[in-house]
Order: sequence, then structure tokens, then C-alpha cells
Amino acid sequence: MGRLDTARLVRAIGRYGVLLALVVLILFGWLRYENFLGSYNVLSVLRYNSMFALVALGMCFVIITGGIDLSVGSTAALGSVVAALLSPYGVLPGLLGGLAAGFAVGAINAFVIIRLNILPFIATLATMLAASGCALLLANNQSVSVSYESGFTELGQGDFLGFPIPAWIGLVAYLAGSLVLNLTAFGRTVLAVGGNEDATRLMGLPTTRVKAAVYILSGALAGLAGVILAAQFGAGQPIEGVGWELFAIASVVVGGTLLTGGVGSVGSTLAGVLLLGLIFNILNFENGLGWISLSAYWQSVIRGALLLVVVAIQARLVARSDDVHA
Amino acid sequence: MADTATTHPPAPARSTARPDLRMFLTRHGAWVALALLVLFNLAVTPNFATWQTLNVNLTQVCAIVIVAVGMTLVIATGGIDLSVGSLMAIAGALAPLIFMGKLFPLPHLYVGIALAFVVPVLVAGAFGWFNGFLITRLRIQPIIATLVLFIAGRGIAQVMTNGNLQVFKVPEFQYIGLGRLFGVPFQALLMLVIVLAAAWMLRRTVFGRQILAVGGNERAARLSGIPVVSVKRRVYLISGLLSGIAGLIVIARNSAADANLVGLGMELDAIAAVAVGGTLLTGGRATIIGTLVGALIIQLVRYTLLANGVPDAAALIAKAAIIVLAVWLQRQARS
Amino acid sequence: MTLLLSMREIDKRFAGVPALASASLEVEPGEVHALIGQNGAGKSTMIKILTGYYAKDAGEILFDGTPVEFSSPQEAQRSGISTIYQEINLVPYRSVTENICLGRERRRFGLLDWSAMHAEAQALLSRFNIHIDVRRSLMTYPTAIQQMVAIARAIGFEAKLVIMDEPTSSLDEKEVEVLFDVIRQLKAAGVSVIFVSHKLDELYAVCDRVTVMRDGRTVRVARMSELSKLDLVTAMLGRELSRVLHDEGAHHAQAASREALLTVEHLAVGRRVRDVSFDIRPGEIVGLAGLLGSGRTETARVVFGADRAEAGRVAFGDIAEPAAEPAEAIRAGMGFCSEDRKFEGIIPDMSVRENLTLALMPQLARRGVVDEARSREIVDRFIQRLGIRCAGPEQPIRELSGGNQQKVLLARWLCMNPRLLILDEPTRGIDVGAKAEILSLVRELAGQGLGVLMISSELEEVVEAASRIFVLRDGRSVAELDGDEVSEEAVMAAMAHGHEPVQEGADG
Repeated sequence: MGRLDTARLVRAIGRYGVLLALVVLILFGWLRYENFLGSYNVLSVLRYNSMFALVALGMCFVIITGGIDLSVGSTAALGSVVAALLSPYGVLPGLLGGLAAGFAVGAINAFVIIRLNILPFIATLATMLAASGCALLLANNQSVSVSYESGFTELGQGDFLGFPIPAWIGLVAYLAGSLVLNLTAFGRTVLAVGGNEDATRLMGLPTTRVKAAVYILSGALAGLAGVILAAQFGAGQPIEGVGWELFAIASVVVGGTLLTGGVGSVGSTLAGVLLLGLIFNILNFENGLGWISLSAYWQSVIRGALLLVVVAIQARLVARSDDVHA
Repeated sequence: MADTATTHPPAPARSTARPDLRMFLTRHGAWVALALLVLFNLAVTPNFATWQTLNVNLTQVCAIVIVAVGMTLVIATGGIDLSVGSLMAIAGALAPLIFMGKLFPLPHLYVGIALAFVVPVLVAGAFGWFNGFLITRLRIQPIIATLVLFIAGRGIAQVMTNGNLQVFKVPEFQYIGLGRLFGVPFQALLMLVIVLAAAWMLRRTVFGRQILAVGGNERAARLSGIPVVSVKRRVYLISGLLSGIAGLIVIARNSAADANLVGLGMELDAIAAVAVGGTLLTGGRATIIGTLVGALIIQLVRYTLLANGVPDAAALIAKAAIIVLAVWLQRQARS
Repeated sequence: MTLLLSMREIDKRFAGVPALASASLEVEPGEVHALIGQNGAGKSTMIKILTGYYAKDAGEILFDGTPVEFSSPQEAQRSGISTIYQEINLVPYRSVTENICLGRERRRFGLLDWSAMHAEAQALLSRFNIHIDVRRSLMTYPTAIQQMVAIARAIGFEAKLVIMDEPTSSLDEKEVEVLFDVIRQLKAAGVSVIFVSHKLDELYAVCDRVTVMRDGRTVRVARMSELSKLDLVTAMLGRELSRVLHDEGAHHAQAASREALLTVEHLAVGRRVRDVSFDIRPGEIVGLAGLLGSGRTETARVVFGADRAEAGRVAFGDIAEPAAEPAEAIRAGMGFCSEDRKFEGIIPDMSVRENLTLALMPQLARRGVVDEARSREIVDRFIQRLGIRCAGPEQPIRELSGGNQQKVLLARWLCMNPRLLILDEPTRGIDVGAKAEILSLVRELAGQGLGVLMISSELEEVVEAASRIFVLRDGRSVAELDGDEVSEEAVMAAMAHGHEPVQEGADG
């Protein structure tokens, strides 16, 4: 077996494995449960998971550069609080406020990681705490109701052409993300930085700017997710978002993006988000059938197990291609 | 000997040649910061120099330090363990189930209590070993491998208890969290013993050297005959065992086990303590005493702010600043 | 005559330690200019200042007649200075096209025009007679191709000056010839080249003029044709070469014992090692020669247990099985110095002492606790014996020069009293002085009964040190040269054509 075959296999599994799993899961749900593919269920799954999808998209870019962003969960919480506080002034101020909060956290991440030369892991761990502190301070330790008069809640609860607005936002973000990664110099530089940062710098590419941009992007997307969170649940939630970062990382990894950077795909990340999201959905249906009574707590166990299976397969394939390489 | 060191110019002996203030500050910065904090509190915070204050701060920091010791060893090998909080939850959920006789009938309460100390810690240790297995056998990156149990572990604890709060009052068991020996909280003594044992181990034993060698350059370590796989498995095992102990302390202190909350966010507190303490996050250089000091600094800053009327949320921001500052200083010292 | 590049009185200090002290470098248009010096002489610093990687402390740089001070490699590249670094600095996961075209992408409607970029990459590579699928990721190609891709990238930037920092270290002789052709093409097109290399023959083959650096200064500038090899080396070292070259004294030490210490038969692993057989007797230095990629390093790694054998027999002393782990081989009495000192040798954050006793540690311990006093005593002895120049045993090893690091790594094994030492490129990246010291030490040890397996890309070195040489070609041992048969010409002939297969030799 040549190394070419293995490399191709790795990529194929990375790219299509998760899609395959998603299709299998959907088929399973369709055959087993009534109304699984009914519009109510589909739309609510999309509506709810669009927040995670946005966070995971930013995380995908960050991870492709070989970094990590642990601050996204608290950034979303901060974004939701800021958006809720600004919602009485209208839809746009709420939206822009949440985005700006996320942008600011992302910019701080970029500064600490690049200028102070601190590992992304630890830098974003710190901003995670700081963003959470800011959210709690702004919200005075409680959730902040949004204004229902201004129409702000439409951002989370409304529909456009029969499709949830958050899902539209997510869709547009993913299309744009895919376009940027594959068809712009910026996107290719993101991939190159993750593949070999030193080499990319010596090639004369703007590694610093690209790295700064992905953290800012990740922050802004997390802020946007916060806006949707506030709009969907009618309140800014300063303590929401705990564990989102790890959920996002899991989605990205399940989607076949290498955590070491340099390889990754936007579309597979979306598939990863939906896969993890559907597990919760299917558990609900399963309980509804009444055959077994699995508590909601099982969903984390199953998600963990799924992550394990995916990374184990990935590790095997990567190890094989490394062996052939060496 | 002396002149052999000077005959060859290309090897500048930076570290030994110029002892200056910056070097001192960066090397002993954690201690200096701790001392300054204590002095500041003595001057400003009312009732700081009391037995009460010491106890409050010690009991709040014990579980973090115990977990952080394991985390230091893991980080010293170049790894990370995100699962510590979830393992605490598992141990915390398991212990009451055992001494309340819900898992199996108990011949005697004391048997139950003895088992409630041993079994949860061993189970947490087993999960820790499993982390090590994923990392060494399947060659999964530590951050992802331990993410599996971070997600699944808390679920396991929740499933075991069905998400219910388990309230109990068993003084013999709760000695680990509430008891006192010579007037000092037992958990603080336990913490101190663990810290000293680990610090000695890291400095003096072959295992300690091997941990640092693996973290410093894994390939070179393997080619020098160091059993890399077994070293790594052992540090994750230790991290699991210590998480189990910390889980028991926390539930004993609260007289209740809540699988949703025990150890929540502990991985971040522990990593923060390690980072502030001066351990190199990329592996190869570690200090257990530094980790203790790091945890004390974080705790003391929080206490100082709270005692002086600053809201807890602001303390989070201060914590973030400390972490960044500490790691930045560490960077400066090396460049 | 206007100069293309003129760097004058360049100063640079790192943490107070001078790396360059009023160094200078002048390059004429359309010339190939050699830049040489020992490790630490300041060549790399000089280049990195030119390309904007470092900022200079003092001095003046004129490029194409105008004063310049680049703030990044990107800026230097835009002004017409392209650099090819010693380690291949490309992105392995990405396609060949991306590696060539990143930084000057073709666009259509604001988006990347992949087909135009693929065509351009294809065209550039065809100048080197390389025809590959440029859409595939770079890592699927061998090192030499990757090196050519790096060069194609540099040339694609319409450079006026191309800097090549040891570009031949991962190329075999045929590939070097192709590279030289390209350099001559560049020269004909009026492009200047700065060529950094340790291999003197290469310099004479392709360079017009030379700048020699030593201790951060420029000590000699001359036309290549006016400078003999000896002059060149003398200028680099700054002292007379009494014993550096051709130390004939211990040449071809007699193998005392007939019984084999190590026997390797029909070893195979992966694609690189297909059928390798050789043996080593106690007190003998055996060379393993072959072109890059012939399976030398891979063979050594399997013998040491670092990689698994797929077929074949390795017998060492009483052990008949190939070792499964290095630890096993070490217990049996082997030592192994990897070709990659930085990534497989030193533990940079640890002290000289800790590095030196790394393998010995289990033996230095009582019940798992390290005996510090004994460790110190052993380390002091080896620092003295090997003449390791350091500030003391507690100095971090990363602060030592390459040669001294290598001596520490040698000592790591010597303190274990091994019976067999495997040295993979023991003198790579080490200055000439330390090189000679290390080689004479190895000879001395062999004289005391140590078996040595030596791998080196420098034929001269192997031929001089080894009493027997096994030649590998495409993963097979094709020749065994013994005693008087050992010569550079014979080894080269075997590497190229595979003369004298081992089987025939065994019959006769």
C-alpha cells in the first residue's frame, strides 16, 4: 500500500466519514420515529444548533491555524448580555453590540497570543475568565431580559421564507466561511500557517495578521452566537456558554479537522455540529417511544463515546500514514 | 576547570553570568507576588492575620492544589488533563452511593466508609489510566483524549446518581473535608503531604527525571531508553487518583454530592495554578511548590478583592490578568 | 562596477553577546557568491538581517543602489530577494501549487484562479525537468523534490538575488547537478546567488567569489580561483591545520577479535530497507555508506530498536532477536547518536549533567532515588575527558555549541560502557575543529574494543575512519569494502552502480 493511498484515505474519511455518519443517523431517526423529519423537529433542531454552529465555525478557523480558542463560551455569554442590554434600542444596536463584544474579546486574544507570545491555550483560558467576569458584572449576576417591543427576539425566534432566522445566519456564515477558506489567499494562508508556521513566515506571508484575524473572527462569531442566544431565550445569560468551547472543539474534530492544524474543512465542521446535536434530539425521541428511559444525562456519555470513536479512527489513520512516511 | 569555561567564546553563559533584578523577579516572581499580597492584606484587610482567615483560605485552596499537583506532572510531560473535574464528579458521586449502601449491602458502616475512601479514588485512577491509554496506545493528542472524559465523565456521574443531589451526614467520612488534626484542617495536612511527596519525587527520583525528560524532548527520551509510554500512563494515573481524592474532599466539605457541580471548571483552576506557579506549559520544566504558590496567589487575590468589597465577577478578571502576567513573565525570562 | 548588494559594518548583539561585529558582504550582479564560515561564525545572522528576519544594531545595507532596511522576509521578497533555507521551509500538508504560489496568487474576480496557478507551478518545475502532479500535497513527494519546489518558489518571485542556505544538504549528487544547472541558468539571466555551504567541492564547482566569516567578522573576500582549499579552511578556522585533515595515525585500527559483535542479516522494514546485511566485530569501526534515502538511518534505527523490523535477523551478543524498544538495546550494551541532534538528541531545558546521565539514570539510582553525588562525579569526569566546553555541569545544554552538545551526547553513551555505538551523522553541523576531536575520540574508543557503526554523508570522513564499509543502495547492501579496497572512488562506484554484491564476496 502506497502512502498516497493512505493519505487519500485519511482525507476521504476526514471529509466524508462524518457526512456518512450523519446520513446514517438521519436515516435511523427517519425509520424509527414518526415526525423525525417533520418540519417542526427539523426547524427546531436547526434553530437551536445554529448558535453552536457559529461558535464551531470560528473554532474551525482557529484550529486550522494550529491554535485553540477556549474563550468562545464566555464570549457568547458576554455577547448575549450586551445584546440584551442594548435590545431596547432596536434590533441593530443589539446585534452590533453583541458582535462588538465578541470582536473585542477576539482582539484581546489576538494581542495576548501574538504580541505577548503566549500559548493560545493559556491566553484564551484567561480571556475566558475575564469575559465571564465582564458578563457577570454587566448583568449584575443575573439574567437580563431582552426588550420584546423592539423586535430583537426575531433574531432568535423569527422565520424568514419559512426558515428560522438563526439558521439563515448560520447558513450564510458557513457559505462565506467555505468560500473564504477555499478561494481566497487569506484562506490558503490560514491553512499554510497551520501546516508550518515558520515556513509560512519565511515564505513572506503575513502570518501575524492571519492569526490575529482568525481569533477576531472566532470572537465575533461567538458574540453573534450570543446575540442569537439572547434573542432565542429572551434573556442575556451571563452564566450560559459553559462548556461550549469544548463542544465546539469536539464538533470540529468530529468533522475531521486535525487538531495539529493545517488540514480542515468548513463543511465537515457543520456536519460535526449537526451530528452531535442530533444525538440529543434522537435521545428525546427514544424516550418518547417509551421503550427505554434514558435520562438526558446519557447524551454527554454518548457524545463522549462518539468523540472517542472518531478520534480513535482518525489517530489510527494518521499513525498509519506517518509510519509509511517515516 | 575554570579556564576551560572561558576558552571558547561561542557558548555564552547567560544564565550564570548576569544575576540581575529582572532575572530574580522572573525566577522567583511567584514568591514575590505572594509575599506582596500577604503584606498588602496585613496592611489593608481587616482581621487578616487570624487563624480564621488562614483556615478559610486553606480549605478553599486544598482541592485545587491537590488536582493541580497531578496537573503539574501531566503538563511536565508535555500533556494536559481536561478530565480532572469530571473525575472528581465521578468519585464524588460514587462515595455516597457506597457508604449509604446503595450499590451493595454493607456488613458494617465502617466497611462502607473504608470502601468509600478507596473505591472512588481507584475508579478515578482507572479513568486516569484510560486517558493515558488513549494517549499512548492510540496516540491521540492529550487535549482531545481527555476531552472525551471531560464530556462523558460528568455524564457518567450524573447517570450514576440520576442527576440527584445526595445529601448525607457521616462524620467519619467527612473527616477528610471537615476534620482537624492539631487544630489544622485535615485536608490542608493531606494537601501538604501530597505537595511535598510530589515535589521530592520530581526532584530526586528517576521517575521525576523521566517525566521532565519526556516533556523536554520525547524522541530523545525514548532513544535514551526511557520508558515513555509507562511514564505517561503513570502521570495520567496519578492525576486521576488525585482528582478522586479532591472529589471526596469537596463532597465531604459540602455534606452533599451534586454530580452537576462537583469539580466544575476545576481543570481550568488547576491549569491556572500550574501556569502562575511557573511550570512551563509546553513541558520539560516543572515546579510543584510553584504550583502551590500559584494556587495560593489566585486564592489570595480573590480573597483580597472579596474582603475589600469587590464583586466576585471582578475577581475573575483579576485572575485572568494574573495568568497572562505570570506566563508573560515566564516568557521574558526565557527569551 | 555597481554592486547589487553591499552590507557594510553590520553589528548585531543577542542579549548582549555580539553575533556580528562590523561584518560586511558585497555581491556583484550576476555572480554566484559563496558565504562560508564555521558554525556560529555569523553567516545565518547576516542572512537573516538581510532578509528582515532580524533587525541590525548598526551598519548599512545597499541593495540595487538604494539603502534598505527590510522589516520582514515578505518585504525583502517584494524587493527581489528570495531565500531558500537549510531546512525545507514549506507546508507539507498543502499542495505543490500552493507551496509555490502562496504569496503571489493569481486571482479572477477577486477569488483564487486555481487553474492558472497550477499551470504556473507546472511550468516553473519543468525548468528543473520535474514533472509531477502539482495538485497533490507536498508531503507525498520525496525530500529532493520538496527541495526543488522550494527553489522553484524562490525563483518564481522574479528575484534579483537568490540566497541558498545549504541547499544541497538533502540532495544526492545527481540532484545537486540539476541544482547547479539551475544556478548557472540564473546567473546567465543576470540573477545573483549567495550560496552557503560546508561542502568545499561544491563551492569550487559553482561559485565565482567567496566571503569567509569568523567570529562575527568578515575575514577574507576573494575570487574562488585565487584561493586554495587549504587557504579557505585556514581562513575559516583562523589557525594552521595541523591535525584537522588526514590524521593518519590511527587509520584502520585492526579489528582485534574475529567473532562478530553484531550480525544483521536480510533486514527489511518499510520501503526504505529491503535487504540489508552486515556485521561488526569488537574494536572495529564499520561505515555504512549510501546516498540519501538508501536506507542507512532506517537500518540503524531498527538495529537500535527505535523502529520495528519486518523481516530479517539482528544478533547482538547473546540476543538473537531485534530489540523491540531502545531500552532493550541499551540494556544489551548499545548506544545510538541520532542524526538529528536537536529533535532526537538533546533535551534543551535540561542541564549538561542531566543530559549526560539520562540513559545512565536507572543505574545511578537506589530504589528509584538518584544518587546525586555519583552523578556529579561521573559528569565531571566526562566533561574533562572529552573536553566539553561549558560553564559547568549545571548549564542548560541548549546554550552549548553544536560540537559540545554532540560531545555530551557521546558521553551519554560512553558513561554506560557500551559494546556498540551507532553514530548517525556524528559531525553534521559541527565546525571543523570539533569534528576532528570527535573523530579521533571515536578511533581511540574503538582501539579499546568498542564496536562502532558510523553513518556519514561525507564520504571522506567514512573512508578515513572506517576499516570496513558496507554500501547500501535502494535499501539493499550491495558491497562490502575491506582494508585496501576502502577508497572514496570504490565507495562511489558501489553507490552508483552496485558493484560487488555481498553475496559474491561471501563466496570468494
